[in-house]
Amino acid sequence: MINITINGLAVSVENGSTILEAARFLGFPIPTLCHHEGLTPYGACRLCVVEIGEGPGARLVSSCTYPVEEGLKVRTASERVVRARRMIIELLLASCPQSKVIQDLASAHGVRTQRFKQEYEDCVLCGLCVRMCSEQMMAGAIGFRGRGEERSIGTPFDVQSEVCRFCGGCMHVCPACQLRCTYNQPEKAVCNACANLAPPCIEKEQYGDMMCYMNPCVACEIK
Amino acid sequence: MDTKGILEIIQRNGKNHAGIIAILEEIQEECSYLPEEALRLVARETGRSLADIYGVATFYKAFSLKPKGRHCISACLGTACHVRGAQKIVEEFSQELGIKPGETTPDNEITFETVNCLGACALGPIVVSDGHYFANVTARKVGEILRDTREGTFDSDVSQEAHPFLIEVSCPRCGRSLMDSGTSLHGHPSILITASMNGKTGWARIPSLYGHFSRTHEHDFPADTIIQLSCPHCASSFQDGSRCVDCGAPLATMRLADNSGVFRICTRTGCDGHLLDIGRAEL
Ligand code: SF4
Ligand code: SF4
Ligand code: SF4
Ligand code: FES
Repeated sequence: MINITINGLAVSVENGSTILEAARFLGFPIPTLCHHEGLTPYGACRLCVVEIGEGPGARLVSSCTYPVEEGLKVRTASERVVRARRMIIELLLASCPQSKVIQDLASAHGVRTQRFKQEYEDCVLCGLCVRMCSEQMMAGAIGFRGRGEERSIGTPFDVQSEVCRFCGGCMHVCPACQLRCTYNQPEKAVCNACANLAPPCIEKEQYGDMMCYMNPCVACEIK
Repeated sequence: MDTKGILEIIQRNGKNHAGIIAILEEIQEECSYLPEEALRLVARETGRSLADIYGVATFYKAFSLKPKGRHCISACLGTACHVRGAQKIVEEFSQELGIKPGETTPDNEITFETVNCLGACALGPIVVSDGHYFANVTARKVGEILRDTREGTFDSDVSQEAHPFLIEVSCPRCGRSLMDSGTSLHGHPSILITASMNGKTGWARIPSLYGHFSRTHEHDFPADTIIQLSCPHCASSFQDGSRCVDCGAPLATMRLADNSGVFRICTRTGCDGHLLDIGRAEL
């Protein structure tokens, strides 16, 4: 066991756990976006920031990737943490405002304005889908491509993947396209992200046909 | 290159994940780009998913999925080169060649690219053409570089580069010059230092033309071992605690004679790690 202090409370937590796991176990809420219990931590979204250390040495780290260490002092809701968190949410809103997950985060954390250039990305590069596909579905059909501004998610060479199982796992975990993809009964949950009066997906017979990565419907390419 | 050649490269580099970049580098060297078929083979043979391999291949600028031209010119657009007007040079190249950065001329002769830093900022703006460095390039010199590239005029003798990128070093301790005009390499005085290991002491020689790194020793030291590099005048060791970015071995540090920075080389035999650190003279 490792002795740490979370928000002033001295606790001992299991060796090898992350700050996030320890905090959640003890009931301190930390919002996350790219974290998923069944997948390896990735540290992409930085939403789970907490402050560690004291005085001038205090710094922000992503709690989902930071393992607990003896004597660690953690603050999960200091002013600095809250400010950083809200800034991250604001940036997420700037890139992907149509995401229900991000909208909910904004509302829960009182982010009402968005001061950056508005974009409508359909991906926040959280990597959940990639990890889902390779770690849980054992398919490895999709991955990150490119770097920097050109970084994107998809199949190699942008052609239909031969190893995709059409399980829908990637879309299930996606915070950005969840709305348009979490169903296999389109008539019950038409997302209408395409703003199409007659969404083409309703016509589709097979679930597989709606796999956004494999056969993107033209209408899905909302910009 | 055929399937067999690619399989050979993969086998030679082992099947561990750490080897993927090395494998891709070698394939690219052979084929001048990474063909789709090759990436599929690498994935199959290494047991990684094609998505992973594709991710690596598209992440690094050094890799290209499109065939490259016979010659390759890269202009540095790093911060230092940028503030010294590299953008103008890039535009000039684009105009002269009629292509955008990252493209290849229709006759498949020249691929023109921009890179983000070549690690020799003090000499910027820098342009590299087929491995030959041009320092302090101005838009007016673009035509000359293109002519050299097309005609391969720098191929026969590196010393004829428009701006040979020469370094002159001295011992950081006693300050005496390490240049040996008696023996030249690539047509320039070589750098002569002392190399020793297990009581065997002899000379080691390095070309003074930066970008053409190689090291020869008087004795045959075993591969992959750390040797002591020291000053032939005062015998003080050049090791100063810094580490090679390529292999982690200690680096030997020499001072540039004009005191503008340091030149470091790896002390491990077989490692070509070396770097020029301009503006660091706090030895
Ligand atoms: S649907 Fe295909 S790409 Fe998505 S998780 Fe399943 S196997 Fe991977
Ligand atoms: S597609 Fe969705 S799950 Fe995948 S990285 Fe983008 S936002 Fe995350
Ligand atoms: S066509 Fe695509 S974007 Fe439109 S409702 Fe169907 S799944 Fe959603
Ligand atoms: S949840 Fe920790 S960085 Fe995304």
